[in-house]
Amino acid sequence: MREIVIPGTYLGERKGRKINNCYTEGEKVFSKVLGVLKISDEEISVVPLAGKYMPKVGDRVIGRIEEIEVSGWWVDINSPYKAFLPIGEALEEYVDLRRVDLSKFYDIDDVIFCKINKVTKNKIIQVSMKDMIARKLFGGTTIKITPFKVARVIGKGGSMIELIKKKTGCEIYVGQNGVIWIKGEKKEKAMKAILAIEKEAHVSGLTEKISKMLEE
Amino acid sequence: MKKANIELIVNGRRIDGRLPEETREIRMSIGEIENADGSARVSFGKTEAIVAVYGPRPLFPKFLQESNVGLVRVIYSMAPFSVDERKNPAPDRRSIEISKVTKEALSSAIFLEDFPKAVVDVYENIIQADGSTRVTAINAASLALASAGIPMKDLVAACSVGKVGNTLIIDLNGKEDNYSESDMAIAMMPSKGLITLLQMDGRLTKEEVLELLKKGEETCKKIYEIQKKTLLERFKAEKMEEE
Amino acid sequence: MEELVKEYLSKGKRIDGRSFKDYRPIEIKHSIISKAEGSAFVNLGGTKVIAGIKLDIGEPFPDTPNEGILIVNAEFTPLSSPEVEPGPPGEDAIELARIVDRVIRESQAIELEKLFIEEGKVWIVYVDLSILDMRGNLLDASTLAAVKALLSTQIPKYENGKIVRGEYISKLPVVYKPVSVTIGKYNGNLILDLSKEEEEVVDVKLAIGVRDDDKIVAMQKQGIGTLTFKDVENALDLAIEKSKELRRLL
Repeated sequence: MREIVIPGTYLGERKGRKINNCYTEGEKVFSKVLGVLKISDEEISVVPLAGKYMPKVGDRVIGRIEEIEVSGWWVDINSPYKAFLPIGEALEEYVDLRRVDLSKFYDIDDVIFCKINKVTKNKIIQVSMKDMIARKLFGGTTIKITPFKVARVIGKGGSMIELIKKKTGCEIYVGQNGVIWIKGEKKEKAMKAILAIEKEAHVSGLTEKISKMLEE
Repeated sequence: MKKANIELIVNGRRIDGRLPEETREIRMSIGEIENADGSARVSFGKTEAIVAVYGPRPLFPKFLQESNVGLVRVIYSMAPFSVDERKNPAPDRRSIEISKVTKEALSSAIFLEDFPKAVVDVYENIIQADGSTRVTAINAASLALASAGIPMKDLVAACSVGKVGNTLIIDLNGKEDNYSESDMAIAMMPSKGLITLLQMDGRLTKEEVLELLKKGEETCKKIYEIQKKTLLERFKAEKMEEE
Repeated sequence: MEELVKEYLSKGKRIDGRSFKDYRPIEIKHSIISKAEGSAFVNLGGTKVIAGIKLDIGEPFPDTPNEGILIVNAEFTPLSSPEVEPGPPGEDAIELARIVDRVIRESQAIELEKLFIEEGKVWIVYVDLSILDMRGNLLDASTLAAVKALLSTQIPKYENGKIVRGEYISKLPVVYKPVSVTIGKYNGNLILDLSKEEEEVVDVKLAIGVRDDDKIVAMQKQGIGTLTFKDVENALDLAIEKSKELRRLL
């Protein structure tokens, strides 16, 4: 059984540990949010049960191009904060901006799978396409789930998402920001399964239930 | 001064039968408004408030943004049918003042620096008014904020206390609110013993003020326990281990 | 400037050399507006407020049929600060007016029952605060102006259903001189009469209304920040002590 904590719950003494979604008063550690407590010798973390996606460096997310600027693109990453994709992080080749229109590379409403590589204190967010698996996603449909259920949709070692991919034959990309891109004939089936996982993430025997759902 | 045409305390009991230090029946629930990022409903006797929270979300116009902290906006409003004489839904001076002090009360408990340039909107709707509406709404707002994942130092619990005749009472109903010698609204972070809202009017000696503050603190702590229980109940399913 | 103010306050000092308990020099003048039934001007360390009292006849409220009516309004005029925009009162002006109203009303300073004329007719006392210069501690300056103005107010003659302005029959029945004392909290210290620069740094304030008999008639915490219960107790003592000094100016 995991412990649910609320803002202000006292979690223990810090003892040099890393903290996440917590605050300190001297050595005392308290929770900042409503969430599930994860405590070990190395860290005291509260995994939020609700809230918007707050970008973190290293996260791979699915975004939508919103605006084209002179030096790059603004990307909607399903967060209170927009991300910026600078030319230097998007293109390999040198581009002569006097001749070339940036929309040639990424146009408004294009969907991309990218990586968050910078988050400043003032929440200036930068993303990059210079990642092994970063790419533009053509066609397909995107759905949104609560960011905190993403881990459940992926499953241990990717087991859950692989199950869905296998049973539906769909191409699926899952962003840490709760945006999921699906492409394939049986995409409605995949969507249904994912939404069911979001709804019943905590229920035991979920893998079997989903498996059954996908058989039908 | 308004004089009550009824006695507010008879044989040590209040007009609704309560003892001076008794609160009305308190009910709390979370999550009714699906569109909201967080929502809650709280009632103290016949006073009922529903609160929805949206955010953090981008703040416009841009000049309102501060680069290193976020903003909390509160709108307190009473539904036209919430009172005896239909209330015009347009914001009046009282609602504007209440919205302001509520915003300050909640902001004091929130980590504004965690969502710079963004805003958390709190919409409080009083659907039934029988005294102590602003504190009832704050109790609901607290739950709505927590269930929306807004980072806070502590929950905020609030209550009203006052004096009728010569008796100090807690949780004033509508009539008591109107005819009391004094009434005080207090909101605090119960685990920290820190006050985030304090308003009082009437005529009290300094000692009476201090005594009422003490009763207010005790009552807020009791309310906090109910808030905590409500949150844990609502999210208890999440306690189950993932496979 | 903010950094400098913070530095001084943290060391227990203030830029203008005052102690934490001192008010700036206060100038009060009354009966300065001839068309008003009562008026006063207050200059509190640069913060300038005019309170004008106008009397009119109207219907009483249904639940107090034998009492006169008090209405307090405040306007932050655009002249008073580069940050004030022309337009209807914003939340700060509304809050200010309501606190001043509370201090006067809850202290029962005006004998409202004596403002009853005949059935369905009572005197309405309009207290209008015009803020001319904002240099900090608007509330205390406004309360002083309002109460001083009320103390100088005269009731005009009412004859054959008409108010004869300029001819007066009596003074407005005012039996108390309530004052407001606004106390800021910074670094655990309580500081009185915040200047404009200090208000930018001190987030939390507690305004306390005190009557002549030391009864507390109003309290309002203002700002984003917290108070301990001990803070409130200390603030009450400070407010009661200081109120006597302020009342002497009335």
